[in-house]
Amino acid sequence: MWHAKTSRMNALAGIASGDRGVRLSRGLLLLALLTVSATVCHARGRPSPDASSQSSAFQWTDTQWGRVLLMKDYNTRIVIFGVAVLGGASGLVGSFTLLRKRALMGDALSHASLPGIAIAFIAANWFGGDEKSLPWLLVGATASGLLGVAVILVIRNQTRLKEDAALGIVLSVFFGAGVALLGVIQQMDTGHAAGLEGFIYGKTASMRAADARLIAVTSLIVIAGCLVLFKELKLLCFDEGFAGAQGFPVIALDAGLMTMVVLVTIVGLQAVGLVLMIALLVIPAAAARFWTETMWRMMLWAALLGTGGSIVGGLVSALFPGLPSGAMIVLVCSLFFFVSMMLGTRRGVIIRLIRRMRLNRRIDRQHLLRAMYEQLEKSSGGLDDSGLAERAKRRISVSLGKLLSMRSWSRRRLSRAIERAVEDELLRIQDGACKLTQAGFTEAARLTRQHRLWEMYLIAYADVATANVDRDADKIEHVLAPEVIDQLEDLLDEQGMTIPVPQSPHGPLGSGEAIGVLGTDAEGHAGVEPPHDDSGGHQ
Amino acid sequence: MTGEPFVAWIGQMLPLGFSWNWGLDGWIVVIGGLAAVASSLLGNFLVLRKMSMLGDAITHAVLPGIAVAFLLTQTRSSPAMFVGAVIVGLLTAVFTEWIRGAGGVDEGASMGVVFTSLFALGLVILVQTADAVDLDPNCVLYGSIELTPLDTVSVGGRDVPRAAVVLAVVTVVNALFVLLFFKELRLTSFDPALATTMGFSSKWMHYGLMILVSVTAVACFESVGSILVVAMFIVPAAAAYMLTDRLGLMIAISVALAIVSAVLGHVLALSVPAWMGYRSTTTSGMIAVAAGGLFFTAATLGPRHGVLVKLVRRQLLSLRILCDDIVASLFRGEELEQQPPTATWLAGELFASHWSMKAALAMLRRRGEVADQHDRLQLTHVGRERGQRLVRSHRLWEQYLVDRAGSGAERIHDQAERFEHFTDRNLRDELAKETDTPVEDPHGRPIPDES
Amino acid sequence: MLNPPERNDDANLPTAARDDGAGADVPLSVYDLTVAYHRKPVIWDVGFDLPAGQLIGIVGPNGAGKSTLLKAVMDLIPRASGRVRVFGDTYRENRHRVGYVPQRESVDWQFPVSALDVVAMGLYDKIGWCRPVRKKHRQQAREALGRVGIGDLADRQISQLSGGQQQRTFLARALVQDADLYLMDEPFAAVDAATERAIVEILRDLKERGKTAAVIHHDLQTVPEYFDYVVLLNMRVVAQGPVSQTFTQDNLQKTYGGRLTLLDEVTEAMRRRESSL
Repeated sequence: MWHAKTSRMNALAGIASGDRGVRLSRGLLLLALLTVSATVCHARGRPSPDASSQSSAFQWTDTQWGRVLLMKDYNTRIVIFGVAVLGGASGLVGSFTLLRKRALMGDALSHASLPGIAIAFIAANWFGGDEKSLPWLLVGATASGLLGVAVILVIRNQTRLKEDAALGIVLSVFFGAGVALLGVIQQMDTGHAAGLEGFIYGKTASMRAADARLIAVTSLIVIAGCLVLFKELKLLCFDEGFAGAQGFPVIALDAGLMTMVVLVTIVGLQAVGLVLMIALLVIPAAAARFWTETMWRMMLWAALLGTGGSIVGGLVSALFPGLPSGAMIVLVCSLFFFVSMMLGTRRGVIIRLIRRMRLNRRIDRQHLLRAMYEQLEKSSGGLDDSGLAERAKRRISVSLGKLLSMRSWSRRRLSRAIERAVEDELLRIQDGACKLTQAGFTEAARLTRQHRLWEMYLIAYADVATANVDRDADKIEHVLAPEVIDQLEDLLDEQGMTIPVPQSPHGPLGSGEAIGVLGTDAEGHAGVEPPHDDSGGHQ
Repeated sequence: MTGEPFVAWIGQMLPLGFSWNWGLDGWIVVIGGLAAVASSLLGNFLVLRKMSMLGDAITHAVLPGIAVAFLLTQTRSSPAMFVGAVIVGLLTAVFTEWIRGAGGVDEGASMGVVFTSLFALGLVILVQTADAVDLDPNCVLYGSIELTPLDTVSVGGRDVPRAAVVLAVVTVVNALFVLLFFKELRLTSFDPALATTMGFSSKWMHYGLMILVSVTAVACFESVGSILVVAMFIVPAAAAYMLTDRLGLMIAISVALAIVSAVLGHVLALSVPAWMGYRSTTTSGMIAVAAGGLFFTAATLGPRHGVLVKLVRRQLLSLRILCDDIVASLFRGEELEQQPPTATWLAGELFASHWSMKAALAMLRRRGEVADQHDRLQLTHVGRERGQRLVRSHRLWEQYLVDRAGSGAERIHDQAERFEHFTDRNLRDELAKETDTPVEDPHGRPIPDES
Repeated sequence: MLNPPERNDDANLPTAARDDGAGADVPLSVYDLTVAYHRKPVIWDVGFDLPAGQLIGIVGPNGAGKSTLLKAVMDLIPRASGRVRVFGDTYRENRHRVGYVPQRESVDWQFPVSALDVVAMGLYDKIGWCRPVRKKHRQQAREALGRVGIGDLADRQISQLSGGQQQRTFLARALVQDADLYLMDEPFAAVDAATERAIVEILRDLKERGKTAAVIHHDLQTVPEYFDYVVLLNMRVVAQGPVSQTFTQDNLQKTYGGRLTLLDEVTEAMRRRESSL
């Protein structure tokens, strides 16, 4: 039957998602690469006043493509390696922050690091150190980033302002202080702040081997941290209170998570830049959520998407020197996000639309078939279950107008439902009136029986029923225990409302396949499936 | 100009060590102030709707809108820029809402996805067209307020900086919006469900607000830059929220704070680096820092919601309660004709720390309620009267709770313990009347008389 | 003991079933309403007519879909199927005749508004777009606050009110709306005895002035005392009708199941009330 079919498809989708996921991600990477490069070619193809960029547009040859794609350049190799590890690490950490509903923490944090960088620079200048020593600047960035996080938490917990305002305040005020300090640095004898600008926009292309090594080491530390603390962090994100009650050091775990976010953010600053680092923390994790409902799978997806996006983005910007690498990485990642949001097998927009539509159709079909059945019941009087009476009932046709008056549906909605039922050979239309087929009758009886059992269940087990009632379940037998169903049937019997479990149809209408007793045989209603469907098993 | 003597006066009063040129610095302050006022007017509603970060997102995201507008018109001042920004700003709001609604992604994350993508797109467009268009991404990020007075237009025969004109118009528009739709903004921010059932679509107010946020963000870009627009949107409004419980007053305070931070910011930008031997620094950055300072002050010292004030108030209350407890427990001791206790013993009995006990005793001695007899503590006459009142309150409450609330005898002591500190003469009399002026409490102890 | 669920007979279908604009005197008519969250339908095949000028209790166990029903009526959540008529027309058309008292948890109590401001919000619809709240509106709001007994707290910021006072503020806001049908989502939840009495007073006052109030209610014991008419809901309408006929042990059993220890007390309370009449 129709439900069986859809549910089986869902189940299949669930089983296959793992294996299909891998294939899909591979496909996505390829697709994204092609799309992005096509766009870029198009963009560069248009006339530009700058002669050099135009000439470079014609320099690209197959060999150069090959060089980049096979990463023959030492420089490209370093850059791609660096951003790939970074993307993976931020995907992992980002999954935790996303589930902890702190996605924008990375935003505030990366902005808050600017004054630290500037102060480190000034301090190095005053004490005669190397102002541009990266580790030293990163120490400053980490310190002020952590201070920013602390201020956010204080504002959120101690005042009546909410988290969003706390983030906004820290982000803008810290950044303002950073900008003011940069204004001073620009006047220093030694320091043209050119080096610091890189922290804002990223300077992937000029990444040195030492930078890449730093990124790789930090990212690996963070990845290891995520994996080692996976269980604890998962609990923290899911139920902080429970974690505390279980004796986990919640504050220390939280601090650990935030430190990992700070580490990734700070080393990422120079790869993709301050403003765009947040993208790597948010986008892959948010995209991963569409594909799965399990946490470790989500993190795997996030890491894959982050790595993939970084590699593709990095390659694209290496191929087309005019494109800033940070921005390209983000754009590739957001392309992944968009595709995931649309096609995601678990929470994607399309799958959810389909689910919604199916639900509505299912409700309509149930309404239609039940209305038909009740009409038959009314016109044939008694409810005896002999095959003869059944056949007699089946011959009665119900006019469209009658059906229309039985529910609140519009004429259009009703005719759609009828059309679909006719397609599935549950109904036939004769002289403007509807008539159940053999299969339709079986299904209508089953649905009506199920509906009545549920209503009886609501009455008999009212105190626990609301949590259990699932009228949309394929079969009531999947939800309720057999003895409960027996009891409900007895109750219906008392009211004279029992619907006999439909018998296998041996009449000329039947498709000839045996139909087992409904509810006990999983293959039971396979016989009334539309012919194009070969089995009705429920996984 | 009339401001000149005032500035000269400031210069005399405060040895700031910088020179003030009204024609330049004056305009900078005016422009900064207008930007701050225009933003903070809307910022109040961003903060109250818990959408502060959407302000941040929009200010980042309008970059591609501006870039495309530049590309098409090749000018900086054209209205196309505003149109481009409004379109992209609205797209940000719509996309964020769509990803949140249709994709089921948490709001913060959906914002993060949208604005970073749009910002990246803007950067790519800018870099691609760097040769064609004179637009520095730096300028978008942190503005160049120092240069705005140089670009003037003629208004009524006088040269006025273009930025001042643009920002004045935006400020007026925002003020009108807030004034005209004050009621609707309040309703849709406070109770969107009710607003919807009453036919005030919260969606339309939301998008109206977003349009103005985008317009304001663009107007402010040149002068203060995108991040600092965020500071102006959120920080003065947040500070005002710490100071008042009235929406109208909150908006007024936020506007005042915005102006103060603009003036203070420019003064700081001129003076602070000078102390360290450098020339002035970026005014827009300093405006944000000044606003942050004002917020910090409001958040710590705000009369009702200030963190520090709340802390002090809590400390004072617990000190007062400890004083009460000491006096009451000394009184009970006298009642049972026990030997007066030592301070250390009493501290252990009342679970008081060493320092709070010391402070409480100092207070009681100063008030002349407790006297020392060698190392023992004894009530004075005044203290005994107070102890009597407290114990009377406590026992009356116990009686009342048993009579009225039907609490079990084992629970009432704790409740009475809490109430006794907040019971004055009138309430005691009322309690006595309600409980038919008992002589004994439920535990069978005498209720001291009072008169 | 257990009767079959009501079948829709043409004769006693809700007026919303007829599409001829009938039922202008029926405050609220719901027909064939099904609402589904995600995959599971929450309420199914709900249909009823509410009688005009009465106090109606909507009663049912947790998760029975009571709030869902009200929200679906007011188009706040989408319906999978069904038709709703308010005074014989769609909710949109007759929106101004409906006053809504939401659950107390649904708003941000830290919001910088005073009790008076909140009550004045009930008048916004009448004041209209862009026009300010004038003195006479504030006066009206002040009177409404007086009617619910907290006139002296008008200028307090709402977080400084107790739970009961907050509930009264909401009620005062509904009062100034001067609607003909009031939909209230658990106004009695977590309020003190004095507030509960005050709310009941207000409800009776509304009834006297010919208004209809549909109130989601939890405390079974007080149902016979407070309401004239009751809708027993547990994912679908178990029973509906005048309290004296409908609020029976049998029907309650069908709504709440067997483990209801309060049942005897309730029937006792009902007997007492009936004998006092």
